Amino acid sequence: MNAVIALDSLIRDRHIWRGQPAALPPSTQPTGWPTLDAVVPTHGWPEAALTEILIPADGVGELRLVLPTLARLTQHGERVVIVAPPYIPYAPAWQAAGVDWRHVSIIDAAPGERAWTLEQVLHSGSCAAVLGWLPDADDRTLRRLQVAADTGRALGFLFRNRAALGNPSPAALRIQVAPGVLQVLKCRGGNPPAPIAFPAS
Amino acid sequence: MLWASLLLPTLALDAALRERPVPDRPFALVHGSAQQRTLVAVDEAARAAGLRPGQRLAEAEAICRNLLTAEYDTAHTRTALSLIAAWAYRWSSDVLLDPPRTVSLEVGKSLRLFGPWPDLEPRLRNELNELGFRHRIALAPNPRAARVLAGANDGTAVESVNDLPSALARIPITCAGLPQEAAALLNSMGLRTLGQVLRLPRPALQRRCGRALIESLAVLLGEQPDPLLRYRPPDRFDARIDFGCEVEHVHGLLFPLKRMLGDLAAFLSARDGGLQRFVIRCLHADAAPTDLSIGLLVPEREASALFEVAKLRLDQTRLPAPVLELELHADELPPFVPQGADLLDQRAANALPWPQLVERLRARLGADAVYGLRVDADPRPERACVRDDAADSATTHLPLRPTWLLPRPIPLRGPAPRVIAGPERLETGWWDGGDMRRDYYIVELATGQRAWAFCPPGERGPFMLHGWFA
Repeated sequence: MNAVIALDSLIRDRHIWRGQPAALPPSTQPTGWPTLDAVVPTHGWPEAALTEILIPADGVGELRLVLPTLARLTQHGERVVIVAPPYIPYAPAWQAAGVDWRHVSIIDAAPGERAWTLEQVLHSGSCAAVLGWLPDADDRTLRRLQVAADTGRALGFLFRNRAALGNPSPAALRIQVAPGVLQVLKCRGGNPPAPIAFPAS
Repeated sequence: MLWASLLLPTLALDAALRERPVPDRPFALVHGSAQQRTLVAVDEAARAAGLRPGQRLAEAEAICRNLLTAEYDTAHTRTALSLIAAWAYRWSSDVLLDPPRTVSLEVGKSLRLFGPWPDLEPRLRNELNELGFRHRIALAPNPRAARVLAGANDGTAVESVNDLPSALARIPITCAGLPQEAAALLNSMGLRTLGQVLRLPRPALQRRCGRALIESLAVLLGEQPDPLLRYRPPDRFDARIDFGCEVEHVHGLLFPLKRMLGDLAAFLSARDGGLQRFVIRCLHADAAPTDLSIGLLVPEREASALFEVAKLRLDQTRLPAPVLELELHADELPPFVPQGADLLDQRAANALPWPQLVERLRARLGADAVYGLRVDADPRPERACVRDDAADSATTHLPLRPTWLLPRPIPLRGPAPRVIAGPERLETGWWDGGDMRRDYYIVELATGQRAWAFCPPGERGPFMLHGWFA
């Protein structure tokens, strides 16, 4: 036993189990909302993972939550894909938020094809962020999407109705958006923080 | 000059067999009139069952009850031979067709590119095996000698002209490709091998056996050129498969289609071309043919990529009737520019480039399924957002606009909403007949949703919902 092993390397390689989990490395994908970044353990979106955004109805600010991120990605020339949006993404408003439409693609898919399309796009590795709407996806579908996002190193944003709140979800981050309030329901690397304010404009 | 001869001993049989999934029953090709149908070629299972070429069909069926047969088709065999020639064109620009079942290619110049013959030969054999053709290969300084050596002794390689006579010496006269009459005459004179013939004085030989023999020997030794047809690659690709039975389900078409696309890919790579559009045609017994036209965004030539797109399209297709024949046509063959790959690309190995992903999505979801948007300077809300691919947007300075727009406005129901901002009057569009007069308001509903709604000018409701500030 003459070899000296640094304690750091043992901990880093997870040879030693610690009662208190080590902090996750900070995310390189800030949400663009300083108040949200401050309360999430990774200080940003979970990278290469699915984020589930639960809303009571359309039009409560769910796009406002992700638009700063989409603007940042498209301005760096990275591709953003929107799969089967419920309405027309209104280009002038997105542009005003900073989104560069040259790097955004929209895919029309019938309800039965949406999960397949999302998986293909997430898995491809050629898109930085993918937005999808799956009202009645089950646990298995979500797990597949989570795996696809992990392999394709993409940010997956899934918008679902609040009715899906009680269902189990493999998403790395679950956020509930209500008018004026953001509530993190689940996040990697820590307990969910208390709800935070989400100003309407 | 060094010539490699590819002799395909079972060309007709292989050409027929490669169109079918591996049969689990003995298989034979038959030919002849209805009364005198005879076997032309048999596969190994049939040979093991005791069938031989030349047997009557009735006799063969008596020996082997579950014999599977197909019509022997010389045109089909010829097509297969030109397919081999097209494939060989990848390895050499000098390809000679020697019907009925030999293709020769000049490899002397190719060796510099592909490495020495002991390296090249296994590659040729591997690819021929993948294409599904049994073969014999030999190398010699002239095509005729190479063909004769391939027939007599698979794998022979004679690289120098000086070694050729000794290599040919052991070949039996019957296998030397000499004129029939002369060969019979030499045989009756007690000569068995080519070496014995070559030792005889030529003038005497010509007097006894005729001029044709001497010319044939000269060609064999490379003293005279071989009058063979040179292969020229065609400008389009057509293939067809006759199933001989009705295929009812799309899945039954996939295997033959994969073969056809494999052939197409071999053809394209020989031409150094790509493929922009191809048509798969399913012919039915009593319905109009089903045409599947498959277009690609960028020229492609990978067999697997082509098959994947075609398979996705086929999965979406409903066949009106069982399919009897399958055809593949491709006549748009633009030059192929391989996609440049970045040496320092950090993406994972599973990554699929965006163009290929779009191809896959379009194949399954429809040609218009993937699109982009562009901002137009038109003040009318519906026309400010235009479908367009990766186009530059106009710069606009509009008041606050919603992030979701409804495809068409709907009445806003429920209790009267709280007005947050407005009105913004849009009175425009008189120049092209699409004029509109609306007062737009930003309103907040009881549920907390923010909506973009309008009503006729000067009024405060009832509102029409036109967008959401999501």
